[in-house]
Amino acid sequence: MAFTTSKPQVESEAIVNWELTITALLTLAIYSFLYGDNPFYRFAEHLLVGLSIGYSLVLTVGSIIMPKVVTPLAHGDFAALVPLLLGGAMFLRLSTRLGRWSQIPMALLIGAGAGASIPAMLQARVLKQMASTISGVGSVDGAIILMGVLATLTYFVFTREQTGLWGKSATVGRYFMMIFFGATFAYTVMSRVALLIGRLEFLLGDWLHTL
Amino acid sequence: MTCSLCRRFSISAWLIVLGLAANPSSAWADGGPSTQTRWFNPERTPELVATLVVVLAMIGAAIWTERRGLPHIRRLAPLEAIDDAVGAATEQGTPLLFTTGWGGDMGRPTTMAAMTVLSHVAGRAAEHNCPLVFPSHDPVVASVAEDTIRQAAARAGRPDWAHTAEARFVSQSQFGYAAAVDGLIARQRPGAVFLLGSFEGEALVLAEAAHQSGTRTISGTDSTIQLSFFLVACDYTLIGEELFIAADVLSGGRAAVAVRALDWLKYLILLLLVAGVLLLVTTGRDLGPFLAR
Repeated sequence: MAFTTSKPQVESEAIVNWELTITALLTLAIYSFLYGDNPFYRFAEHLLVGLSIGYSLVLTVGSIIMPKVVTPLAHGDFAALVPLLLGGAMFLRLSTRLGRWSQIPMALLIGAGAGASIPAMLQARVLKQMASTISGVGSVDGAIILMGVLATLTYFVFTREQTGLWGKSATVGRYFMMIFFGATFAYTVMSRVALLIGRLEFLLGDWLHTL
Repeated sequence: MTCSLCRRFSISAWLIVLGLAANPSSAWADGGPSTQTRWFNPERTPELVATLVVVLAMIGAAIWTERRGLPHIRRLAPLEAIDDAVGAATEQGTPLLFTTGWGGDMGRPTTMAAMTVLSHVAGRAAEHNCPLVFPSHDPVVASVAEDTIRQAAARAGRPDWAHTAEARFVSQSQFGYAAAVDGLIARQRPGAVFLLGSFEGEALVLAEAAHQSGTRTISGTDSTIQLSFFLVACDYTLIGEELFIAADVLSGGRAAVAVRALDWLKYLILLLLVAGVLLLVTTGRDLGPFLAR
């Protein structure tokens, strides 16, 4: 009994080790780009690109084409023909004679995307920001934010030269932006360092067992 | 309002307003009736008012431009560097690399603005017979870029050049795309790299790869967090709205109408902010909840 259960366990441990080794070698191959372009990086890059395309293709077939086109058509819902025809028209661009028909689904995609995003951006990036700036003015933070918003807005006026008082306000706006960029840079570098530590823990701990 | 420009703006503007007003909401904030469609959602009044104001500003700017001419737009250093970068790449005999980032599809205003800049860059590259590579994470973006490049080449009188330019889909995966563009930069050693569009975590990877290869890099995005990386690693950066202004300037005189309208809207926002704060301080009435509904 013990013999029959231990064999698969040993096999699964071996598989786990192989997985770890392959993952670690691919990690090192990607990091080798720090030295410069080389065959190891090139192999890992092509593997990553190829796998990601294959994965997204399977995902598209499984989560879009089958449930939203094939299954409805099989059940007699012919409304699914509309997206199918529009999607198919995208391929017409491969033909020089019929290529212009591919502009119809393209125009629909771009128009619908812009129509959906413009009012949403107006709400999220203009109205809500204005509301927070006005409502928060009672505190010191709020007053600084108000000053920053006013000064930064003057920087982004393009039909007026940045001279005199207007120019000074724009310069203050630029300083506010630089403080923001410095803070976000440091914050993101910290998160990237955390990712690096995670990878090093994997290489030295999980793979080489030296930690 | 007789000018064709005004007519064109007003027709498209009213279509937007009709689309917004007629958007039958399925998510009523007050838990209203879900079985019938209403044509007007009062919860979205601020959005409708804001859209109307934008539309009126556009129409007003079109009339103003028709009567008083194009506005003067202040100098933008990255904009002036674009032609220099194309020229330098041509002299070195190296290609140009242009990419719009992983963060946006063709519906994103940033991607549309980047396409306008691409049209200008492709036109210049065609004139100088400089190769151009356009890797993308999205097949639709790659297709639109291909059309844009073809049209720019035809405008430049070099339709044959478009066959040498490559607009290619690489991968939908974020870091698959980043690895592919990194590889292109390392192997093809482009004379100039344009990183214009919507970028996410791949921004620093791409900007750093371009910097390491010693190429001239011009970047621009409205992704606020990624801007810090571009400012550090790139030679020139279009900050936020500067990308849209660059697109307007490069697409010719007509688009300057939008720049004027946008500036009017900024003056209005400045005025509303000051008025809102004064109202809050003097009477205690807060405009914030109305705007943020």
